[in-house]
Amino acid sequence: MNFSGLIHNFGPLTVTGLAQGAIIALFALGYTLVYGVLRLINFAHSEVFLLGTYASIIVWGFFGLDQNSPTPGMFAVIGLIILGMVAAVVASGVTAIGVELIAYRPLRRRNAPKLAFLITAIGASLAISETVGVITGRNIRGVPRLIRQTDVVVIGNTHITNLQILIVVLALVMMFLLDRFINRSRLGRGIRAVAQNPDSAALMGVNQGRVISLVFLLGGLMAGIAAVMYNLKIGVTRFDAGFLLGIEAFTAAVLGGIGNLRGALLGGLLLGVLQNYGAGLFGTEWLHAVSFVLLVVILLFRPTGLLGESLGRARA
Amino acid sequence: MSEPHIESPQEMDDANARPVDAPAPTGPAESAPAPTGPAGDALLEMQNVTLRFGGVVALNDVSFVLRKGEIFGLIGPNGAGKTTCFNAMTGVYRPTSGAIRFQGRSIVGRKKHQITRGGIARTFQNVRLFPEMTALENVMVGADAHHKTSVIAALFRLPRFWHEEHEGRRRSLELLEFVGIGKRAGDVARNLSYGEQRRLEIARALATNPTLLCLDEPAAGFNPAEKEDLLQLIRRIRDTGVTILLIEHDMRLVMNVTDRIVVLEFGKKIAEGTPAQVRDDPKVIAAYLGVPSDAA
Amino acid sequence: MSSTAATPGKNGRRLNGNLRGWFARQPVWVRIVGVLAVIALAYLLPYTAEIPLIGPQIVTEGIDWPSALFNMSYYVLLALGLNVVVGYAGLLDLGYVGFFAVGAYTVALLTSPDSRLGTEWPWLAAVPFAIAVAMISGLILGWPTLRLRGDYLAIVTLGFAEIIRIVAQSTETLRGDRGFTDIPHPPGQQTDGSALFGVRDATPYYWLGLTVIILVVLGVRNLDRSRVGRSWLAIREDEEAAEIMGVRTIKYKLWAFAIGACIGGLGGVMFAGQQGFMNSGTFVLQFSILVLAGVVMGGSGNIPGAILGGALISYIPDRLRGIQDPIFHTDLFGFRFAIFGAVIILIMIFRPQGLIPSRRRAMELKDREKEAAPS
Repeated sequence: MNFSGLIHNFGPLTVTGLAQGAIIALFALGYTLVYGVLRLINFAHSEVFLLGTYASIIVWGFFGLDQNSPTPGMFAVIGLIILGMVAAVVASGVTAIGVELIAYRPLRRRNAPKLAFLITAIGASLAISETVGVITGRNIRGVPRLIRQTDVVVIGNTHITNLQILIVVLALVMMFLLDRFINRSRLGRGIRAVAQNPDSAALMGVNQGRVISLVFLLGGLMAGIAAVMYNLKIGVTRFDAGFLLGIEAFTAAVLGGIGNLRGALLGGLLLGVLQNYGAGLFGTEWLHAVSFVLLVVILLFRPTGLLGESLGRARA
Repeated sequence: MSEPHIESPQEMDDANARPVDAPAPTGPAESAPAPTGPAGDALLEMQNVTLRFGGVVALNDVSFVLRKGEIFGLIGPNGAGKTTCFNAMTGVYRPTSGAIRFQGRSIVGRKKHQITRGGIARTFQNVRLFPEMTALENVMVGADAHHKTSVIAALFRLPRFWHEEHEGRRRSLELLEFVGIGKRAGDVARNLSYGEQRRLEIARALATNPTLLCLDEPAAGFNPAEKEDLLQLIRRIRDTGVTILLIEHDMRLVMNVTDRIVVLEFGKKIAEGTPAQVRDDPKVIAAYLGVPSDAA
Repeated sequence: MSSTAATPGKNGRRLNGNLRGWFARQPVWVRIVGVLAVIALAYLLPYTAEIPLIGPQIVTEGIDWPSALFNMSYYVLLALGLNVVVGYAGLLDLGYVGFFAVGAYTVALLTSPDSRLGTEWPWLAAVPFAIAVAMISGLILGWPTLRLRGDYLAIVTLGFAEIIRIVAQSTETLRGDRGFTDIPHPPGQQTDGSALFGVRDATPYYWLGLTVIILVVLGVRNLDRSRVGRSWLAIREDEEAAEIMGVRTIKYKLWAFAIGACIGGLGGVMFAGQQGFMNSGTFVLQFSILVLAGVVMGGSGNIPGAILGGALISYIPDRLRGIQDPIFHTDLFGFRFAIFGAVIILIMIFRPQGLIPSRRRAMELKDREKEAAPS
């Protein structure tokens, strides 16, 4: 173990962790939303994210950009990022709703046991990621460098880049908008009603099927944004990128309290930071192991997470 | 090989080998004799048991003593805490304070299966059988509670397996016969009629060789003829030496079959005594009818 | 609910009106002869190609037939083990490949000349150790996690398999991608003095695998038809009621885990003994899910179902090996995980009880469907 390394690099590790955690947090929202309403772990959410990463790369490809192209000008970059986000959000949203329609709705109609949902979810996840794997030859795919990372703030050995700031700010904005939507809008009220009590919500005239689709869609939107930020930050994607980050996002959701929106934010940021401390301590190859161990520990000692498990009661 | 082992060995020594009417085993360390009464030794003591769920007090300082060999009634209006009381005894809930002693030993904090194997069996208010198992298999699950066949013995079909499997099957069939559904042994529990399911639950509980059998509203949904049969069954069970704790709504049934009764209201004990005493207790009449009345 | 319970259903029996029901009604000697005939045919499978007309259609092309049969044998073994965990005890274990890896790595560490231990034992000597280590790892994983809710347990087991893979990849002792070479084969000589378990012909390995399968089936069946099987079923149907009836739920769940781990480890032992080489890339997570697909597809909670499912998840990809798809021109073998991912969804939607359903599982599902219907 490398304690002095951890202490020496505490600042940089924290900053990297926060940026990573912001992406994880957005990703985690999909798990939390679906769990909050359906009490179901949407295992296929990782593939919702995965298709988002590819969709944005493909759109950028239309403009002749690949990982070797030079960074375009400022306005072009803004336009490209927005276009990439639109593509990713559409791809992720469609995937999320599609998974719900194909893999979950038939089971729900039949009142299948809970584990059956998890099994189809795994099937869906495997089918999507492996199809991508076959098509791409299981190779990594590079992302055009749209943002040249430059240090904006430097404190001691801690450098904060423009990209890191962009990621964290964007994540916070998306979280804020989602929180407002769930807690203030009429549709959001429908979601909370179904989350609290599906039967009485149905009696009160809430269209349950539509609410469930909406929840999957919202999760997909957030995953789409996360996918673009992931692309910009990591610079490559691969058929199993969704799976690996998905486990982390799920851990983050559980850490904060699955079903709780703010819990996902807290869990994501915390996990990102802890992972990097872990990597600083044991070496980067153990980065993923940290999140698994953390997951087991949380589930054993505080299975409701830090902020508790309720979407319905997450009041403003 | 790796069982979650029991806290103090002394406490559960007798869990498996406990003949039905043998006196409660007392070690030399336990010199304090359990309080005795006219009807027999104390079997189960509830001592100042309080149980809270958040702010709700489900049981409030409840004390009573069950004696060996009696049929004991626990009654009260809906929501009085009867089933909660059951759940505290069988380890489903842990009392917030107070003591529950069975055969002189505390059972608070013991695991549900330990309590069952220690001699308390129960049925459920809304039948909870294993619906896809046959009637016989359901009862055999109960009989397994006092079997010692290990996984290894079952894997290699060692003599103990054959012995206990035969013994369990024989005893289970006997019990099915005893409760009157011997003919349905091979049928899946789900396909039994409601009355048969209730009886099957009693047989399954009896298969664990209980000293104390707790019946949670066993007559719910029965017609008068079925209730009469049940009454006979309860008496017959008592005659085999099993003490019975009965939660029941039907006052006639309770008054007919029980030796003593405790009445709960809002989690508090409001009366205790023989059926005649309880029937005439003004507090009980008030609790049940909402208004004072001199007619029972 | 009480209304459905009050009408004695006939469908409980109707499910027996098929081939299996017919077989169960035959006299004992007919059943024994039947089973023996099936076993004999299974041992003769390596000669399938000799059957006129259909034989050549069945055997694989991209891989020699005995090797394909051996692959089937260890997949069947894994399916049988996972069936104990998922089918009998109702615990969804997504990290089952972890135990396979533990079994294989233990053999490699004890036998391979690349191992730091330097023991270089023969394969046979390492077998009991590998099984024991797999079982212990099952207990270590199960002990803290079996108290978790079903869906959480699934994710934690998934994490466990990932941790094993990461450990295999990043620790010097387990040699990462370089892996272990020269893992010895099982012992034995042919009449001409050459090794019985050689590298050219996989037939002896298949026979060995088949023998192990038969032993495992006997063991699992013995457990199923005892208090152990009853306890598992009771836990699956109503865990709390089971515990109140005196079933030590944690103990029996732990046993299911340990037995599953044991069988999974055994699969790894067989695999290591045949392949002679393995590295951290051997144990991808998709593998666990593939085996789960086999169990679900065959019919979870049912031994013939697990055998069929395990065989299919190995046979279908091997049969597709060497055949290219028209669009991407990749070997169809590469599609195996994608195909079985889709198969899982289709099975769960259209035939949740599996191809050879367990009588009880089918009824459980029917029951739930009825509950859903009136609303």
